[in-house]
Amino acid sequence: MDFSSISIVSLLATLMVAATPILLAAIGELVTEKSGVLNLGVEGMMIFGAICGFIAAVETGSPLIGFIAAAAGAAALSLLFAILTQYLLANQVASGLALTLFGLGLAALLGHKYTGIKPPSSPKLDLPILSDLPVIGPILFNHDYMIYFSILLVAVVWYFLKFTRKGLVLRAVGENHDAAHALGYKVIRIRVLAIMFGGACAGMGGAYLSLIRVPQWTEGMTAGAGWIALAIVVFASWKPWRIILGAYLFGGVTILQLNLQAVGVDIPVSYLSMAPYLVTIIVLVIMSADRKRASLNAPASLGRIFHASN
Amino acid sequence: MKLLKTLMAGAALVVGLGGMAHAQDKTKIGFVYVGPVGDFGWSYEHDQGRKAVEDAFGDKVETTFVESVPEGADSERVMTQMALSGAKLIFTTSFGYMDPTINVAKKFPNVKFEHATGYKQADNVSTYSARFYEGRSVIGHIAGNMTESNTIGYIASFPIPEVIRGINASYLAAKAVNPDVKMKIVWVYTWFDPGKEADAATALIEQGADIIMQHTDSPAAMTIAEEKGILAFGQASDMKQFGPNARLSSIIDNWAPYYIERTQAVIDGTWKSGNTWAGIKDGMVEIGEFSDKIPADVKASATALKDGIAAGTIHSFTGPINKQDGSPWLAEGETADDGTLATMNFYVEGIEGEIPQ
Repeated sequence: MDFSSISIVSLLATLMVAATPILLAAIGELVTEKSGVLNLGVEGMMIFGAICGFIAAVETGSPLIGFIAAAAGAAALSLLFAILTQYLLANQVASGLALTLFGLGLAALLGHKYTGIKPPSSPKLDLPILSDLPVIGPILFNHDYMIYFSILLVAVVWYFLKFTRKGLVLRAVGENHDAAHALGYKVIRIRVLAIMFGGACAGMGGAYLSLIRVPQWTEGMTAGAGWIALAIVVFASWKPWRIILGAYLFGGVTILQLNLQAVGVDIPVSYLSMAPYLVTIIVLVIMSADRKRASLNAPASLGRIFHASN
Repeated sequence: MKLLKTLMAGAALVVGLGGMAHAQDKTKIGFVYVGPVGDFGWSYEHDQGRKAVEDAFGDKVETTFVESVPEGADSERVMTQMALSGAKLIFTTSFGYMDPTINVAKKFPNVKFEHATGYKQADNVSTYSARFYEGRSVIGHIAGNMTESNTIGYIASFPIPEVIRGINASYLAAKAVNPDVKMKIVWVYTWFDPGKEADAATALIEQGADIIMQHTDSPAAMTIAEEKGILAFGQASDMKQFGPNARLSSIIDNWAPYYIERTQAVIDGTWKSGNTWAGIKDGMVEIGEFSDKIPADVKASATALKDGIAAGTIHSFTGPINKQDGSPWLAEGETADDGTLATMNFYVEGIEGEIPQ
């Protein structure tokens, strides 16, 4: 057994690549849930973003346009969910599940002609001097742009929710929509925007999968990443920075166990693969054991339907 | 909302009635797939078989399929639904459907079931599989000749006999032509997860593998091999479009003849439970076209190996072979019997690592 043949540098690099799709999807879902809406359609929006981004990138030759199209496409899809749940007052859980099924089917249909095509490759950050530094260079300054963007996005979301007036309003809507409504805030409009933001982020996460991580289009290629993103929001107890921790933990354990196997270390693979899920369950148990803390973290109006006449 | 519900219920009723009307004059055949039909691997080839049945029988049959069905309780529900809606023959095409198939078959004695790659039969449950290990021998032979780092990376799905057999067969064939060859094996515990398969390929390349083999269903590893400039083989399907430079050859599953034969048997009323295990000879396992990267002499020896297997003069598991722990398995010239192969749960001597339990 030779642990030294695992290069920490490349391990960290692949870890970030593996974690970024779920990181993007989870930070979007966090904002949606903070506004009091539970959208279980993350998987559907991710896969739809994956194909929208793939088609746009292949047709234009630009990965950037691909990511923009992915965000726009998935946001448009999430609008469907917004109309169902915010205007027609449909059940959020059922609508979210329907959105996942719909997204998977629609993506398969659109992607029919796009299997076996190679997307344009995304440029990597290449700063003079900095990127060439030993160890630190490859870890910090030599990734594709989307990795930096995803971390920046978490910072922006954190700042927005914590320090801006609009962020406070969004949280108020998620905590008590009746009170927010009484104060004159547009509950429905804010929630629709939050849902679309969640959709756009999930779409970019999906596109990251089809344009950078795998890079190819295959039907059903998200393979449950959207559900993991949903779990990470709970794991992070609705705090933006913990989303990074959760996503990198998930990505890290996956990558680490694959590398350990490739090196030939005898580890119980099945236990290691279930570790992230176990941790989530434990976090859930701890959170629900302490009622005060749970009520501080979870948005109080999460999943509840708002109607102005109530 | 109420209106929507009524409409949906009405639509469901119409669809249901429509299905029943057709069930009278056509033989209904159901297919259960573990991945999406567009995976361009395992499920894709089964669906090609389904289409071949439709082409062969035309109006006499009606086929339905459900894709991406998880192995376990969910699959039982899908099979029950198929049997209830009038299917006379149901193909369940993944190892993990074995117990669900047996359970559902008990409840529907008049419906015939065909389970791929399993080993449990019943009066109305047949099993069928291809001798993929014969194909593994051929690509293992090519890999052993072509590897420069003497390291072959192998992405394995679940520790079941079929997968272990494939690892052993490819290792033995590679070792026969290259005594220094090493095989690095990564278990991903999934049949279909392109992201994870890609990560596994990256991890193997990181550890020095310059040829990737896989026993998973998506072409993700092929894409990574193409990107990193190393070599790989198509699995279940040709996969050439995913790695024009990386792909050396491929193992292609051809289920069409078997599916047509079994459908005919159900129509004729001559269907009997059995166990089919067909290989290169019967055309159920095909070897994809050789890439130009393979030197002429290797092409010739690989072709000879393939022809020998087809003719029955060469067996993938011919002694002397020891098990991993050094205990003898096959004596000089002895070949493995199907029973041992079907339940294989050990590595052969020379493979490093342990089979996860």
